[in-house]
Amino acid sequence: MAEDAILSAKGITKEFKGFVAVDNVDLTVRRGTIHALIGPNGAGKTTCFNLLTKFLQPTRGEITYKGQDITRMAPADIARLGLVRSFQISAVFPNLTALENIRVALQRERGDSFDFWRSQTVLNSLNERAEELLGQVGLSGFADVHAAELPYGRKRALEIATTLALDPEMLLLDEPMAGMGQEDVERTSALIKGVSANRTILMVEHNLSVVSSLSDTITVLARGRVLAEGDYQAVSKDPRVIEAYIGAAHG
Amino acid sequence: MASETTTAGLAYGKRSLVRGMPGHHIAIFIGFLVVAAVAPFLLYPVFVMKVLCFALFACALNLLLGFGGLLSFGHAAYFGSASYITAHAAKVWGLTPELAILSGTAVAAFLGVVFGSLAIRRQGIYFAMVTLAFGQMIYFFALQAEFTGGEDGIQAVPRGHLLGLLDLRADFTLYWVVLAIVFFGLLIIYRVIHSPFGQVLKAIRENEPRAVSLGYRTSQYKLAVFVLSATMAGLAGSTKALVFQLASLTDVHWTMSGEVVLMTLLGGMGTIFGPIVGATVIVAMQNYLASFGAWVTIIQGVIFVIAVLLFREGIIGVLARRLRKPL
Repeated sequence: MAEDAILSAKGITKEFKGFVAVDNVDLTVRRGTIHALIGPNGAGKTTCFNLLTKFLQPTRGEITYKGQDITRMAPADIARLGLVRSFQISAVFPNLTALENIRVALQRERGDSFDFWRSQTVLNSLNERAEELLGQVGLSGFADVHAAELPYGRKRALEIATTLALDPEMLLLDEPMAGMGQEDVERTSALIKGVSANRTILMVEHNLSVVSSLSDTITVLARGRVLAEGDYQAVSKDPRVIEAYIGAAHG
Repeated sequence: MASETTTAGLAYGKRSLVRGMPGHHIAIFIGFLVVAAVAPFLLYPVFVMKVLCFALFACALNLLLGFGGLLSFGHAAYFGSASYITAHAAKVWGLTPELAILSGTAVAAFLGVVFGSLAIRRQGIYFAMVTLAFGQMIYFFALQAEFTGGEDGIQAVPRGHLLGLLDLRADFTLYWVVLAIVFFGLLIIYRVIHSPFGQVLKAIRENEPRAVSLGYRTSQYKLAVFVLSATMAGLAGSTKALVFQLASLTDVHWTMSGEVVLMTLLGGMGTIFGPIVGATVIVAMQNYLASFGAWVTIIQGVIFVIAVLLFREGIIGVLARRLRKPL
């Protein structure tokens, strides 16, 4: 089991001035799977997510990615290792066109872009790939539209295409369905399923039908701790999980 | 848009500065040169040179504010320091004007590295406050240091001979040199905005966490644009010192930092040509309304309030939206 773990966290803890948001969490994501992180509001899902992507520094604990200790690394460097995250609020560059959004990601393969003396026409060689990626998420024909003018579902699609432009080995999706209508949820579900080939995905998600249909493994968090772990069948029957969800609904 | 860009670029050759420049931008640059060529015959040349220097200064600030999303409230530090160093180099060390300008600009760049690397650790209002604090430190230094001449400043700075050959004492001769410097500076800023670096910069301005998640070490980009902006502000300050043959406390005062922010906002922050227009309006007002005395400040204030209330995107910002073209 241990050898096919791509990302693992041991005993990660995050304290905010006396309040423990994430308490001694162990998490192992196996290579090639879709792993979901669920839990009632305030369970520490987003904090946990931010710890794994290094947008927050854990108070204690250790995180390894492909056998490498990444506990003290900067978030930009994590991305360079092929571990790329998305955001809860659709993270596009609003005043850039859809094509330019994707090109910013494709530009990464040039290394650092400190060449301020060169014309941006050198980036035109990336246009073809960018168009291709737009096509993959159903955004052909929107290349010259500013991201700000795209409807919500399409913004999320653009965000996924931008992430895919980096060809990451592992994706971390923070509530990919947040704020979506049913139609968009289905389209995005299919999209995530599609991109999961040859990749590992860890996602935080509220929509349980999405979680049940997509994920191989589910980890349930409650009050900053791991409550249960397993496939949907096992987890949904666990009395502690039922109690945490119903208890939270009443509380 | 894409085809327009490539044809314009090809027509001017692959390595040229205008490569990838859309046709209407080339037209604006040519228009700028035409106006600048005629202006000194119709107006007082020193006044036009002042406009040119402030246009470059405002464009330098706009590079940081409009494209890097960083509001510096202490840009007088780079403008003024460069002005003092150039004045001192020309007057005391007896350097030729081009070397004096280079020294001033280099010092501004150095200050940009030092102050920038500290300021970029903070964001938003805190960033503005840190830059203001550094600006005040430079002001205090200029007030106290021996070589800056305290309240008097450095006066009667010799304009010298360009490359030891061209006598710059005549306003008209100096004018063409200043125009060349400013135009070169504007082209550099234009290129920075439209480079692969500029593209990443805009991405950071739009959504920094996202840029980080794509693997960009954003603080390095912010520092780079801070230094570029400080350097260009320095070039403007150095040139100004030779035009007026004077470096004074006004150049490093916080009101100078405020004024250049005002010029940028009035013309259109984040536009390409807006700061040039903003600088022209403000400098012209100061010049032609000078007879109103202290009222100039009030008139300026009223115009600023009207600008913020009626066209927040600035003069050129509004125009660009109407024309649906980046200006």
